[in-house]
Amino acid sequence: MSVNFIADLGYLIGALAFVVGLGKLSSPDTAKRGNQWAAMGMGIAILASLVYPLETTYNNFIWIFGGMLIGAIIGWIVAKRIQMTAMPQLVSLFNGFGGACAVLLGFIELFPLTTSTIAFPSGGLLIIILTIIIGAISFTGSMLAWAKLDGRVNDKNVTFGGHKYLNLFLLVVLIGLSILLLIQNNTAPSWVIYGLLALALVYGVSFVAPIGGADMPVVISLLNSLTGLSAAAAGLIYDNQIMLIGGILVGASGTILTVLMCQAMNRSLLNVIAGGFGSTGKSIAASDLGQVKEITINDTAILLYYSDSVVFIPGYGLAVAQAQKAVKELDDLLEANGVEVRYAIHPVAGRMPGHMNVLLAEADVPYPKLLDLEDANAALPNTDVVVIVGANDVVNPAAETDPGSPIYGMPVLQAWNAKHSIVLKRSMSVGYAGIQNPLFFGDKNKMLFGDAKDTMQKLISEVKSL
Amino acid sequence: MESIQAFFFSNQLLIWLLVFAVLLGFQVISNVPTVLHTPLMSGANAISGIVIIGAILLIRQTEPNDYFALSLGFIGIILGMINVVGGFAVTGRMLEMFKKKKKA
Repeated sequence: MSVNFIADLGYLIGALAFVVGLGKLSSPDTAKRGNQWAAMGMGIAILASLVYPLETTYNNFIWIFGGMLIGAIIGWIVAKRIQMTAMPQLVSLFNGFGGACAVLLGFIELFPLTTSTIAFPSGGLLIIILTIIIGAISFTGSMLAWAKLDGRVNDKNVTFGGHKYLNLFLLVVLIGLSILLLIQNNTAPSWVIYGLLALALVYGVSFVAPIGGADMPVVISLLNSLTGLSAAAAGLIYDNQIMLIGGILVGASGTILTVLMCQAMNRSLLNVIAGGFGSTGKSIAASDLGQVKEITINDTAILLYYSDSVVFIPGYGLAVAQAQKAVKELDDLLEANGVEVRYAIHPVAGRMPGHMNVLLAEADVPYPKLLDLEDANAALPNTDVVVIVGANDVVNPAAETDPGSPIYGMPVLQAWNAKHSIVLKRSMSVGYAGIQNPLFFGDKNKMLFGDAKDTMQKLISEVKSL
Repeated sequence: MESIQAFFFSNQLLIWLLVFAVLLGFQVISNVPTVLHTPLMSGANAISGIVIIGAILLIRQTEPNDYFALSLGFIGIILGMINVVGGFAVTGRMLEMFKKKKKA
């Protein structure tokens, strides 16, 4: 058997392992094995690329193994040490590194054009340009997303009124430069190449800048998809099937998640990319809604302890306060008294797809207790008490009743159908969409002001003393 | 039109591969439950590190005195490897948490 045959077979097996792995990742019972399958596929693919016979081979294995060792050690340590609450940032960061790798490849391939006496084939040049542009957007975009999620950058400081026009302008110039480079090929002045690279990197930042807050789940999955596409484009450069397949699979899964996230907010992708909620809707002033009613810790504890069923609705506030373990502790106390406790998860709660699920999993909440939107809304009318922890827009009835509301049409958790609702909140400030929530002013609703974790701990000691 | 036709005929296999990979991707992942959104994304993210293969192939073909390409490729390998190893490790860690509680 030739080495060529073995290496090609390796690529094929690797690609199959990716498909099987992703398939298994879609079901809770097999997900762990799915991840192992995908990792194994990657290992086989890397081995195959190390032995694959090439026309001109210098190997330079010292550079390759050195880089792989350093990268593997850094990746391993970071992955093992990171706090689960920092997961959205980390996913962004890793994602950006993949994009950066694609940019570097594209640039190394494009660079010889500056001194080349012969023109590159147009098809090949187009692929290189695509690799650079997509990779660069994914790289710098992910870096900004990381900085935003890590609280290093405030949304408001990186965007301005007509930002979408700037982005449109940058995109047009980027396409213009690409066409210029394609036409002039090796006769193009070198500033075209550097300009293209620089502009693509700038565009990535500018593209993510106006999108923030509750729209982060969409951005993260979109960037994930772009990294996949940049890997697929790089696969075309090297005529390598497994890069193409792997990249396309990631592109497809990222696209599906992006679409799911958009649907969960009833907004188009373009609307999200343009940034923020439109200010077209007339929002209701707080004064029209009446007074909110407060509840004490003691009353809350009694209400929860002697009810039959309780549903927690977590939001980003839970992640900020890191209250997931306190919630679980309260859950255990209530269950011990025969209360049925469940959790209602809105698809876009938090800052990345599935954010709440990960946090609650970290606190050892069994996943069958987590209800998705549909199941939760079916269960809520038979629920005694709903406890809303740091969520706002995802429980806003205006999404169903007020056609003037910017979130009108967004599927929400119908917390108002439960017999009682209690909202844990720091203050009466509005959510990401910047609108009042009529639920808070309803007859059945009570407010419990304070830090989510702090309040939870007080509730725990109160319940214990009952 | 001529050149498009020519391109199609000479790259038929590739085009078939692309179309089916896209369909397969959508098919395999279309019914993922909310609880797995993060691990799926993070696992897919690790797979996108497949771009490291390109960096390996590039370095293997680079002349040993071309330090420009070698050092950029070296950085590419480091970044790609962080993406791959970190991505799979963190996905594994997350899924470990999901698993533990099932028995509890």
